[in-house]
Amino acid sequence: MLTIAGTEFSSRLFLGTGKFSSPSVMAEAIAASDCQMVTVALRRVDLDNPDDDIMKALSQREYTFLPNTSGARNAEEAIRLAHLARAASGSSWLKLEVTPDPRTLLPDPIETLLATEKLVKDGFIVLPYMNADPILALKLQDVGAAAVMPLGSPIGTNQGVLSDAMVEIIIEQARVPVVVDAGIGAPSHAAYAMEMGADAVLVNTAISIAGDPVAMAAAFAKAVEAGRTAFVAGMGQRSKQASASSPVDGTLSSDLGFLA
Amino acid sequence: MFQSPDFEQLKKQIQCSTASDVERALNTTRLNLDDLAALISPAAEPYLQQMAKKSSEITLARFGRTTQLYAPIYLSNYCTNRCVYCGFSADNRIKRKCLTFDEAENEAMILHKRGFQHILLVSGEAENAVDVEYMEAIALRLRDKFAAVSIEIQPMSTEHYHRLFLAGITAVAVYQETYDRDMYKQVHLSGKKSDFDYRLETPARVAEAGMREVGIGALLGLSDWRAEGLAIGHHLNWLRKEFWSTAFTVSFPRMRPATGEFEPLEIVSESNLSQLIFALRLFDQDVGLIVSTREEARYRDGMLKLGPTRYSAGSCTAPGGYGETDSEAEQFSVGDHRTLDEVSAMIRDKGFDPVCKDWDCSFQMNNV
Repeated sequence: MLTIAGTEFSSRLFLGTGKFSSPSVMAEAIAASDCQMVTVALRRVDLDNPDDDIMKALSQREYTFLPNTSGARNAEEAIRLAHLARAASGSSWLKLEVTPDPRTLLPDPIETLLATEKLVKDGFIVLPYMNADPILALKLQDVGAAAVMPLGSPIGTNQGVLSDAMVEIIIEQARVPVVVDAGIGAPSHAAYAMEMGADAVLVNTAISIAGDPVAMAAAFAKAVEAGRTAFVAGMGQRSKQASASSPVDGTLSSDLGFLA
Repeated sequence: MFQSPDFEQLKKQIQCSTASDVERALNTTRLNLDDLAALISPAAEPYLQQMAKKSSEITLARFGRTTQLYAPIYLSNYCTNRCVYCGFSADNRIKRKCLTFDEAENEAMILHKRGFQHILLVSGEAENAVDVEYMEAIALRLRDKFAAVSIEIQPMSTEHYHRLFLAGITAVAVYQETYDRDMYKQVHLSGKKSDFDYRLETPARVAEAGMREVGIGALLGLSDWRAEGLAIGHHLNWLRKEFWSTAFTVSFPRMRPATGEFEPLEIVSESNLSQLIFALRLFDQDVGLIVSTREEARYRDGMLKLGPTRYSAGSCTAPGGYGETDSEAEQFSVGDHRTLDEVSAMIRDKGFDPVCKDWDCSFQMNNV
């Protein structure tokens, strides 16, 4: 079971709600993924309006809503959005996104850290979206982030986990759950992140723009589960050298003949 | 706070490890505590060569062809604790001595002349002899003469550690002696040290106080060494997560049977000790591993490239012992009697660089 801020999740796949062809396809895809946490862009929804297209489509099942501050360019804007969201929804969950560059939508590390610290003090459950920077992950956790969300590659690029060397360090060091977010373009990418030991992945574009989003959502669910099972089972070491499955004893360089 | 796992459970877990657990651990890059349990289990003994090879490769990759060197200075052998294994125990009728500031500086300058840049200040636990003011005064006298000054003295409060950090102390070593709670009670008869939990929480206080490095360890020979090793792994794991900007080291003080000295309750062989060192290296690629002059020259020479990263050299374990030879008041007897030059020459012979300076006092100077 994955636990974030005291809430348990049996599914380790989080979904985004953008870019779907219709709210009903989105709802169907999310249902097929068995996910329990969905992120919604505050600029896209009316959290307190039950007739809002997205909220209405998602009202059939119980989800933990993770409103995100997508569009915020600095800490101040993100903080303002967060407070508005909480006032409307009554929920303190927040995916913090601070992206000053509208082209790449890469997260601003300095503003993200400032906003996380402030929002945690204000009582929010903050899950910051961040570049795959291990020191930043530690600092975010130190100021109270409930989880960290390092990117696999730039958002919407479907390039997979290009940041794996850094994500691996983040996973090894973090006390809080690590959710790989952004860039995951195929179920194999999601499985790879999970095999590395990520606690969850967040996927949006790869599902919403697939030929059949509902089938793709189900494929991601399987991949996430397979990756997690493989991680728990314990993966073998990768090596560039061949190694026989049934080794023949050879001489070893580390001589222990000195031992008494 | 760190919760020490139940010692009997650790023993059981280790004994349950199989050869396939060991092989799995040898074939993973990121080892967890189950892997560590396997590598220190009896099932791993036939794999000692493979463990040595892997440990040596990791150590080379992470630390290069270098070995750090330091020497201890014993400040005082006064002690209010009664610990059955220790030469300084309050019951022991030995010549007691606490160095004056001048004497301490004199000892330090002897080591300085011999080429040491990193010294470890050691003392027994007796607040009326060695307290925070005493340590602070010595630190302020020595800070600009050495690259690094570490301490191994009684546990202190976070505030006191912070004062010593500001005075120029870089690192603190505080060994649990044994993670076996019952055995701990049996060997620590009285004195402040008999509080198992206060001691266990000390490394966290040290890190909290801002010290650059914290040394942990267990005195091998009091209880099951395998379970001690796994407990160290648990402690290290917890400390790393809580204090990510602190560096950690592990020491392996091993007691051996000797006439007139405390008889170890458990015999830990050189092969056992090596297994423990290799296992911890595989478990934590970056932890500093210290082998002191308690071990014989032959063993230290053999282990040089295989996992340890720091050796003491030319050590004397009696207060004032560098200025005058007085082996009667030693804490324990030394196994490697070579001088710094001799140890350095051995290290060079093996193609490694003996490193005496790996820090600089100016890092902490602006804290005044």
